[in-house]
Amino acid sequence: MRYLTTIGLEVHVQLRTRSKMFCGCSTAFGAAPNTHVCPVCLGYPGAMPVMNRDAVKMTIISGLMIGSRISEFSKFDRKSYFYPDMPKNYQISQYDKPLCVGGSVEIDIDGVSRRIGVTRIHLEEDVGKNMHFQHSSGIDFNRAGVPLMEIVSEPDISSPEEAFAYLLALKQILLYAGVSDCNLEEGNVRCDVNCSVRPEGQKEFGTKTEIKNLNTFKGVLNALKYEIPRQVDVLESGGKIFQETRRWEVETGVTIAMRSKEYAHDYRYFPEPDLAPVVTSCEQIEELRRNLPELPRTRRERFIQQYSIPEYDAGVLTADVAVADFFEQSAKLSSNPKAISNWIMTEMLRLLSEREMDIRKVVVTPAALAGLVKLVDEKVINSNSAKEVFALLFEKGGEPDQIVREKGLVQVSDSGAIEKFVDQAIAENAKSVSDYLAGKDVAAKYIVGQVMKMSRGKANPQLVASIIEDKLKVEKMKRGG
Amino acid sequence: MAALDKETTDKIDVAYVARLARLYLADTEVQTFQGQLDHIVGYMKKIDELDLSNVEPTSHAVTLQNVFREDVVKPGLAVEQVMANAPAQVSDQFQVPKIIE
Repeated sequence: MRYLTTIGLEVHVQLRTRSKMFCGCSTAFGAAPNTHVCPVCLGYPGAMPVMNRDAVKMTIISGLMIGSRISEFSKFDRKSYFYPDMPKNYQISQYDKPLCVGGSVEIDIDGVSRRIGVTRIHLEEDVGKNMHFQHSSGIDFNRAGVPLMEIVSEPDISSPEEAFAYLLALKQILLYAGVSDCNLEEGNVRCDVNCSVRPEGQKEFGTKTEIKNLNTFKGVLNALKYEIPRQVDVLESGGKIFQETRRWEVETGVTIAMRSKEYAHDYRYFPEPDLAPVVTSCEQIEELRRNLPELPRTRRERFIQQYSIPEYDAGVLTADVAVADFFEQSAKLSSNPKAISNWIMTEMLRLLSEREMDIRKVVVTPAALAGLVKLVDEKVINSNSAKEVFALLFEKGGEPDQIVREKGLVQVSDSGAIEKFVDQAIAENAKSVSDYLAGKDVAAKYIVGQVMKMSRGKANPQLVASIIEDKLKVEKMKRGG
Repeated sequence: MAALDKETTDKIDVAYVARLARLYLADTEVQTFQGQLDHIVGYMKKIDELDLSNVEPTSHAVTLQNVFREDVVKPGLAVEQVMANAPAQVSDQFQVPKIIE
């Protein structure tokens, strides 16, 4: 029997604020345990939370980016449950009046684009971090109170691959919006996955399980690739799926039912009396909407139109907003955007990945790259030298024309000078010459290489090739060819 | 509030709420609190005698809105101060019984 899969994702995204959601403690990652805490985020009695203005704004911007309706009236609620990493025994979250309602994220699967619906986005605070020691656990509250945006999808996702594509698309949008660093290594994005299967033809959804706290997108993909067949197997063998919370075990590649916490789902939400509601006027919403960054897809389309680059290039360049920014700044200064794109897609991205670097940190400037492209286009330097110049720009920065002058890389297009090298190369490589005359055309390439070497890479390669060809033809005639 | 709405329509199940709150009550205590809470709920029900059809439900008693702070970092407490009230500690962390998921 065929089975249909239904997946919904809850994605928790750490917002890019300097301070926590309800107090001034730092959100910086990696500090010594319990050094970014205060009476508010430690849940001391009487300590009063005060909302971080930027966290609210970033959540609204995120909603606008995916087409949510922004609530004019929104409020916070207390979600009560007991866990050692939560100092107040309730989490400040949003229950029935989230900041953003509805929206969607567009994904591409095998060239077909689909929209995955978003139910809501609400704002809440993170909890502390557990460390496990041999006989006990320790709690570090540095992360407690860090603003988290929870993005809840509709059960619109029908395969692990779609879930993966949704997460990538969402991350890209949030990076474009500048609301989160989306740094997965630092736990900036964490997912809970709801998933059920049902026999084809059955209308109502099957019983779902929830896989909690996945902190990589690969983890979501792999957990679903395990969980879906597991559920199908249970049903096929006449069993029953229990609504339960499961944990993904990376090492063994299986999901395991977690010890169910009794009554854990009765959170007894009630309005947070210590926080005033958030009221956002139409004017404020429109103001934010006007200043919204471009969506990745819109930018991709625009790059194709505006800079006449292939769709493939536009896709690679817009994958990372900082790469897209670099390209655009450079292309604006150049008459050859395609060449700019080539440099970024090949040399730049290769060097960045070799060094595990971010393009935001490079010393080569967009103007320098545009200058380099111009030197090549005007045939001041050849492509060999251009690579050398790029490598130097990447290491040390600077101006390309200055590097060309200092390194003496100006292309030799003086045919007299090149002819001398060619004569010498022909004289020194009798074997290649006779190979060529015997019909091996590739032998001429070897001689070109020799001449380029003699010129220390500076000769105009097209000119070298044509002079060699002419000389060899003469040679052929001499030998009675 | 859904859960509580359901409860308050009749009676508060004191034993259940106590379990959620990790309170361990003796049977006699459950009875005592049951009586007291029923009394309080009954008192609150007096509100039903009023015509509230034109009154919007409120989540807050005061009319304040949009109380924000700027996103500015302020130093936290010194770790010695933070740990001063901890009943037990391990490596500058609050020590708790081993958490098993």
